[in-house]
Amino acid sequence: MAKLFEGRSRAGRDPRLPPGQYDVGGGWPVLTAEPTPRVERDAWTFRVDGLVDAARTWSWADVQRLAATTWRGDIHCVTTWSKLDTAFTGVDLDVLLDEVGVSPSATHVVAWSSTGYTTNLPLAEVRGGKAFLVWEHEGQPLPREHGGPVRMLVPHLYFWKSTKWVSGLRLLDHDEPGFWETRGYHELGDPWREQRYDGD
Amino acid sequence: MAAPLEEPGGQGPGGLPPLPGIDAPARRPPRSGARREWQDARVLEVRRETARASTYRLGLPRWEPHVPGQHYVVRLVAPDGYRAERSYSVASPPSDEGVIELTVERLADGEVSAYLHDGIAPGDELTVRGPFGGWFVWRGDTPAVLVGGGSGVVPLMAMHRHWRATGRRAPLRMAVAARSPEELLYRSEYGDETLLAFSRAVPEGSPRPRGRLTAADLEPLLLPGATHYVCGSTPFAGHAEELLLGLGVPADAIRVERFGGG
Ligand SMILES: Cc1cc2nc3c(=O)[nH]c(=O)nc-3n(C[C@H](O)[C@H](O)[C@H](O)COP(=O)(O)OP(=O)(O)OC[C@H]3O[C@@H](n4cnc5c(N)ncnc54)[C@H](O)[C@@H]3O)c2cc1C
Repeated sequence: MAKLFEGRSRAGRDPRLPPGQYDVGGGWPVLTAEPTPRVERDAWTFRVDGLVDAARTWSWADVQRLAATTWRGDIHCVTTWSKLDTAFTGVDLDVLLDEVGVSPSATHVVAWSSTGYTTNLPLAEVRGGKAFLVWEHEGQPLPREHGGPVRMLVPHLYFWKSTKWVSGLRLLDHDEPGFWETRGYHELGDPWREQRYDGD
Repeated sequence: MAAPLEEPGGQGPGGLPPLPGIDAPARRPPRSGARREWQDARVLEVRRETARASTYRLGLPRWEPHVPGQHYVVRLVAPDGYRAERSYSVASPPSDEGVIELTVERLADGEVSAYLHDGIAPGDELTVRGPFGGWFVWRGDTPAVLVGGGSGVVPLMAMHRHWRATGRRAPLRMAVAARSPEELLYRSEYGDETLLAFSRAVPEGSPRPRGRLTAADLEPLLLPGATHYVCGSTPFAGHAEELLLGLGVPADAIRVERFGGG
């Protein structure tokens, strides 16, 4: 008989933690599949193409001119850590999508990074103030190992959807699974429904 | 000639260039919808590896062959329904049919690792599911350079054991970093293919002085056309990937698995 598992005290278990997650507190683990790239701000660009009225590429200076917003809340990684009450500053993705004009036939997006990493999202999951391009964390420039200079932030889904070193977004009329989604991970990745792996 | 892939990214809408990145065959989505279900594994054996690490040999009611580098998730449930899940790499090769071995390092205050070390003995059951992971994997038929630190050597040992079990079909080289010989996992299994780098204490008569892994350590291990697998803590993995890049290894020939911790 195994000793009874009690786990850490759950008197203090925060209701903001989705099932199966634990709080890393002040920490912020780094999880990547590839070497951390060195992307210089001045060389960074962000392109939106596919099913849009006019594809467009923004530079670092271009995005700095957009109306910045700060999002504060909780982020959740599929490897079971969560980081509560943390702030990112950047621009609402809606601002960029509105600038290019999303075609009515678009249903999904694929985000890609400068390393070639891709991830897919239903369009509805990035519209309406749910997703951002961010370059600051707690008022400081986003560190390189966390995707700096600019990453996506889709905080309501597991964090692999928040593409690091993001360099573009393509609008499609079909779903197109990305890097982890073709490697056994769930299509959507909702932490509250514990959608970790394919078929969950 | 390979059959044309039903590859959606090959031609984007309106003749856009293909999306960058991932190798075409892997792009076929799994979409099997086949959920890997939890199963109760029987603990067949617990082996002490070092003062802080133990190997759990588990018999699985529904075993399927893993690819070396993949992991399982272990789930612990308290009587009130509270649960904790953590990932553990498989250390055994797929030729070890019907079983998997997990090697767990005990962390100070670790919720799951400490429980496994204190609470689990042969005859107990452990709830697991897997195997998972389709990137940090090696099938044994292409050149591989493995660089592991601490418990990061666990998935690499699955590769190493697979390599031996299948008759060393492809060239393989390995570098293993540990603080001291006492903390080295699987110490009887390394051969000429492996460089051991001890950072704090070296064995008597060791030609290599103590210290962190260096470019000079890794340079003789490089193999043409190899995929490089780096696994360990975040600082270790960051250091090792910088060394490899500095030696001219292309970024897309390096795969990294980080075990989260600092
Ligand atoms: C793909 C993958 C494969 C892995 N393979 C292996 C493997 O083969 N072997 C292996 O040993 N590990 C492996 N790991 C790491 C493993 O999943 C666990 O992270 C590790 O065992 C620690 O879990 P824990 O519950 O013991 O520690 P946790 O409870 O998660 O704590 C980790 C550390 O943080 C501190 N800590 C965190 N939260 C708190 C808190 N609330 N209160 C106090 N302290 C806290 C603890 O002091 C501890 O030292 C792997 C991870 C991944 C992602």
